[in-house]
Amino acid sequence: MAEFLFGAGCVILLVVAAGLVRLLRGPGSADRMMAVQLLGTGGVALVLIFGAATQQPAIFDVALVLALLAAFAGLAFVQASGSDK
Amino acid sequence: MTWVFDLWTIVLVSAGGIFFIAGTTGLLRFPDALTRLHALTKADNLGLGLIVLGLLPQLTSVAAGARLVCVWLLIMLSGACVAQLVAHRIRQASDDEP
Repeated sequence: MAEFLFGAGCVILLVVAAGLVRLLRGPGSADRMMAVQLLGTGGVALVLIFGAATQQPAIFDVALVLALLAAFAGLAFVQASGSDK
Repeated sequence: MTWVFDLWTIVLVSAGGIFFIAGTTGLLRFPDALTRLHALTKADNLGLGLIVLGLLPQLTSVAAGARLVCVWLLIMLSGACVAQLVAHRIRQASDDEP
């Protein structure tokens, strides 16, 4: 079970890395922000999978902090790009 | 009896991974910023929710399961709010262009 969960974590890591291409190509700042949001969500999924695979529930607090930081990063982007008028 | 839990975990985590792949493919391939935002918000959050549901039988205490569900709820709420704000920003940016 731990091997399967580590394998699933590797798959999610590869998927998130592929999604970062949008960071390079995105024809707008909102597209780049969406790639960062994908990184945040994928990172939370990875941390949760590793926490369950190694049977260390203390890692779930890291996922909570990462989710909060991703939310604040999105809000900061909207605030910063909206006040450029 | 533990094979039922293992089967549950394998099926749901695999389904969550497939939804992650689908959502990221949408982020890369959709033609418009708003459609990409839709793919990111719906498919990737659904993938995360399925992964959380799949991981719940693997934990040994109810408190850890409650923390997992709290992380999931936080991601869903913050994702929904940030998606609305980013969509408003995309609409403003496309209105500014000639």
